Amino acid sequence: MSNPLADMEKPDVIFAIGTNMTECHPVAATRLKKAIANNAKLIVVDPRRIRLAEMADVYLPIRVGSDVALLLAMAHVIQREGLLNKAFMEERTTDAEAFLEHIKEFTPEWAAEITEVPAKDIEQAAIWYGEAERGSIFYTLGITEHICGVDNVQSLCNLALMTGHIGREGTGVNPMRGQNNIQGAGDCGAVPGNFPGFQACNDPASVEKFSKLYQTPIDAGKGITKVTALNECGKSIRAMIIDGENTVVSDPDRKHCEHALKSLDLLVVIDIFRTETADLADVVFPATSWGETDGVCTNTERRVQRLRAAVPAVGEAKPDWWIVSEIAKRMGVPGFEYDSAKEVFNELCSISPIYNGLDWDRIDKSEYQWPVPDKDHPGTPMLHEGEFKNGRGVFKVLGYRDPAEVIDDEFPIWLTTGRRLQAYHTRTQTGRSAGIDYLLPEELLEIHPDDAVALNLADGDTCKLSSRRGSLEIKVKTTDQSPRGTVFASFSFADVPINILTGSGYDPVTETAELKVCAVRVETLA
Amino acid sequence: MIALKETPQIATMNIDGISVEFTEGETVYEAAQRVQQSIPTLCYDPRLEAFGACRLCVVEVEGIRNPVASCTTKATAGMVVKTKTPAIEKHRKTLLEMVASENRQVDVDPLRGFASQELTSLVVDYDAKTGRFQGKQSGKTNTDDKNPFILRDYDNCISCYRCVRVCAEQEGDFAINVMNRGFETQIITEFGNDLRDSSCTFCGQCVQTCPTGALADMKALRAADKPGEIKKTRSICPYCGVGCSVDILSKGDSIVGVQPAMDGPANEGALCIKGQFAFDFVQHDDRLKKPLIRRDDGELHECEWEEALDFTAAGFKAVREEHDRHAIYGIASGRAPHEAAYTMQKFIRAGFGTNQIDNCSRA
Ligand code: SF4
Ligand code: SF4
Ligand code: FES
Repeated sequence: MSNPLADMEKPDVIFAIGTNMTECHPVAATRLKKAIANNAKLIVVDPRRIRLAEMADVYLPIRVGSDVALLLAMAHVIQREGLLNKAFMEERTTDAEAFLEHIKEFTPEWAAEITEVPAKDIEQAAIWYGEAERGSIFYTLGITEHICGVDNVQSLCNLALMTGHIGREGTGVNPMRGQNNIQGAGDCGAVPGNFPGFQACNDPASVEKFSKLYQTPIDAGKGITKVTALNECGKSIRAMIIDGENTVVSDPDRKHCEHALKSLDLLVVIDIFRTETADLADVVFPATSWGETDGVCTNTERRVQRLRAAVPAVGEAKPDWWIVSEIAKRMGVPGFEYDSAKEVFNELCSISPIYNGLDWDRIDKSEYQWPVPDKDHPGTPMLHEGEFKNGRGVFKVLGYRDPAEVIDDEFPIWLTTGRRLQAYHTRTQTGRSAGIDYLLPEELLEIHPDDAVALNLADGDTCKLSSRRGSLEIKVKTTDQSPRGTVFASFSFADVPINILTGSGYDPVTETAELKVCAVRVETLA
Repeated sequence: MIALKETPQIATMNIDGISVEFTEGETVYEAAQRVQQSIPTLCYDPRLEAFGACRLCVVEVEGIRNPVASCTTKATAGMVVKTKTPAIEKHRKTLLEMVASENRQVDVDPLRGFASQELTSLVVDYDAKTGRFQGKQSGKTNTDDKNPFILRDYDNCISCYRCVRVCAEQEGDFAINVMNRGFETQIITEFGNDLRDSSCTFCGQCVQTCPTGALADMKALRAADKPGEIKKTRSICPYCGVGCSVDILSKGDSIVGVQPAMDGPANEGALCIKGQFAFDFVQHDDRLKKPLIRRDDGELHECEWEEALDFTAAGFKAVREEHDRHAIYGIASGRAPHEAAYTMQKFIRAGFGTNQIDNCSRA
């Protein structure tokens, strides 16, 4: 997030798009509710009539995957209505002319055709966001899990740059991170394009720095992404080590993924449970769990916080860092003589410019949000204040593209996927916590009552759900949360592996899977 | 457009002979707290709009005839306040005796909730005898609510409305409300249903703010009979990216519950159902306890660490020799701590000189 969580109580216009915040980030949502109670206007964009939509001042139930069209039209209206923040654009952005010219053709009427929401609602949303004193954008995977995920994010940035809703209290472009330490994994350099602290792998100075630190010449240039690596399994990729991820259930296109992992010479899995992915491994290491492990995590507002062990580990489980270090030492890799999590973290701080001012003891009270470049630095609750990291904010000219897969006669219904409040990912944790079943016993396909009638299905019936990649059986729940023509399910239950259906395409830049859209057919059981 | 608050003015008042600076808009209670003049409260929760129901926090203000509730009275410049005169202390004791005698049970297990000891400790501090007003008891237990998380034991309810207020003001859910008055008072859901059938999200905030344990954490209470002290360990919730601060409750070697950290910067005392109630996966029987290795029968079998580690190291070496160093790929976790992700990327970079590393954020 560009802005701190506490800021969520401060906008006067909230633009929530592709985020089911009350279910996925409930505590953050309580802050938005406070802003709303304080008379902030709420604009919600989501194909499903989620709880947030019920609270909205204007709700845009767009067709899945049509976000860019909507955002182009909003930009169009903001310009047409004279709501540009010219001073901000002048001072802090570049490439505005081409962008402003480009959006002239994308009228709300044009977008209404694609998004299937009324032009007047698009206008209303644009005007409110444009007129806001403090407009703030929130999004999650509903924006990124598309073939055009990067375009979606960029389109949101364009809106913020036109209106100057960034770098000030109560504004910003704020993605909400889904997992407790997904931000941290990136901070630590567990990405193919960056060393720790976002030092780029194609920057010669960084390559030299890390080659020296790690006493090994390291390739200049990016590695391949996980998605490509899975495609390459059994070909150029022969061995894999996976830590704490149930890849087989959480990734798109399950069959492909299973096949990939099975074709490896060596699959090593570190986890706390024997997951479906661990079942395919040659070796499985038992890791210590949350509650048993000392360590550090970074939240969605870049706050660096301490995790503390409350109880001893079960059985012979060991911390992940210890397991990886032992393997490394046995291979003769230098630099893995750690005695504690503290030593590992302090090494990270010493080589990461955004953590240079931190160490194990300093983060004891959760006070710091990175970047913290030196020990005198108070931390950075808000990014882009006064200046963007790379100088000026760049407007990007981009156009609308259809999803990788669109509905047709054979697969006439859109399927979109997501999460539910009571379950977390593939339920390896929540599924093993007493009582959760009382509220969420099984996976259900959410379908509009009219569609159910047309398909001859009633609440509780089991239907056959198929896509071009596979099919499964799932119980039906009628609800007008689902728009007509679109059904919804989560990927939380391993016995209803929704990911055998998804996986139609990937964003060309980030290779994020288009989990939010695919074309399906719903049938009664023969 | 809503303007942000201006920087408020600073003024001075006097509390128990101490000169206290306060900012405009602060209450007498807040000002007193800052100079450690402790005033007892029951219906007060610093996160909520002051309510002024229990009258325990009354103080004397010079020039005003009757004592005023310090939690609702705004501080004014030059105000002279006394927080502990004999008359006020006597009034407090009587109030506590009344409250205590209405309640079936004053001594409740601290596992019930974060604030569950508030009434108990006040009764002890004021030596408030519980027998004096023996008679009618307020409230009504709704123990037939079958939800497995929240015990609704309204025999212990003192009508401070903290649960109703926290649900509305903090959680924004408006799942519960108050019906009737006086001894008939009841906290109910809309239509008097079970919580599951209301708009309740099982965030547990009502449980944690309840000062008597009338609302209680049923999962934690499973460990009520377990011997040992309750230990609290400050940590961060293992689920989403909000990063709520929690206290893990443990007895001996068992995790028995979770309470929100009221001073957690991301959550300020709030949690959701996952952070609040989904902690027992940690000590679930399914946990892996030893390394597993695939043997000739094609199945995974438990083995010793040495064997698993040596096998793995040898396996990576073999792949590097037979293919090349780019043939090895690492996927770090978005749920494990930094140290896991850091060592994993270092293993790939230092071990093979490649950038063949990613994490699970792409799916
Ligand atoms: S658990 Fe949360 S939502 Fe439910 S009644 Fe209590 S405060 Fe309200
Ligand atoms: S308590 Fe809920 S909102 Fe808070 S970090 Fe955990 S999962 Fe996220
Ligand atoms: S705390 Fe002030 S009236 Fe209850």
